[in-house]
Amino acid sequence: MAETTLTNTHMAQARPQGWRGIAADWSSDQRAFKNVSWGKAMMWIFLLSDTFIFGCFLLSYMTARMSTTVPWPNPSEVFALQIGGSDIPLILIAIMTFVLISSSGTMAMAVNFGYRHARRKTAILMLLTAVLGATFVGMQAFEWTKLIREGVRPWGNPWGAEQFGSSFFMITGFHGTHVTIGVIFLIIIARKVLRGDYDVGRRGFFTSRRGSYENVEIMGLYWHFVDLVWVFIFAFFYLW
Amino acid sequence: MAEAVLQDHGHSPDARAALAVPADTHQAQPIKLYLVVWGWLFVLSTGSYLVDYFGLQGYLRWSLIIAFMMLKAGLIVAVFMHMAWERLALAYAIIVPPVLVLVFVAIMVLESDHTLWTRLTFFAGS
Repeated sequence: MAETTLTNTHMAQARPQGWRGIAADWSSDQRAFKNVSWGKAMMWIFLLSDTFIFGCFLLSYMTARMSTTVPWPNPSEVFALQIGGSDIPLILIAIMTFVLISSSGTMAMAVNFGYRHARRKTAILMLLTAVLGATFVGMQAFEWTKLIREGVRPWGNPWGAEQFGSSFFMITGFHGTHVTIGVIFLIIIARKVLRGDYDVGRRGFFTSRRGSYENVEIMGLYWHFVDLVWVFIFAFFYLW
Repeated sequence: MAEAVLQDHGHSPDARAALAVPADTHQAQPIKLYLVVWGWLFVLSTGSYLVDYFGLQGYLRWSLIIAFMMLKAGLIVAVFMHMAWERLALAYAIIVPPVLVLVFVAIMVLESDHTLWTRLTFFAGS
């Protein structure tokens, strides 16, 4: 709260917009992110670094796929499921996509209700998000099991280029780990919301700072990022 | 469509109040906005799934996949992650660096073309 009082004098007049706004905000001896708390700014910067991690994974996959002389296995057939006697291409991945998008929708609404201090609605929507996230991880576990039974290994597979297995396990494994961590933290934050920690500003377990409903938004940023990464994995790994 | 919704409700008095009170990042968009974006994300995902379902190939397939991907990513970052209501200083600090990954992509495309060429040239006989 000390920062607020310090910067308040500067904030009295409206700040410039556009390019001038960028230059003015970044220049000389002041906070660059004017109306963003340190927690939110740090989450954004963490997500930026995570973007580079997933960017490098997708790049290594691209390099492997472009440089191999052996044909790449067709994801449309590899990830097909037999439903009612006929093979439907990529259906499990499509369902996983819809589940993750839905979880992002419920999370966005949880953030909104959080800022309205609707304690129960926020917690219920967050728990619903966690359930959808866990469903996603469950379906991914099913997919891994199916592929491993069919003989996919990091060093080879029955259908083509050997690098398929290593790219698949590394990219989806890392993403699944992110979702799992997200589910755990969703449950932790939802419990805090339900207990009313953010109404009374109770001190948190990690930083011992006073919590507020902004923590729900910071949690939401992480969760939407997990959804965002899946958009890119879906496009480049499954559809390409 | 989503743009119009943003215009209507985005720069409400709340957004201006946020400038005057730096620590308060409170944002009050109507729930309807999130439902509309949710619906669009479903439509776009269905679109990209249908690209595969109908087995489109070549440049049509790739351009459609990229288009659906960028639209989805844009909606998630702008609305769900509230980037549309942040100041440009934060938005550019976060969004510009990942664009530079494209330079890395260009380097690796050249590199893998070269690797493929050496493999075809020197290992094709075996």
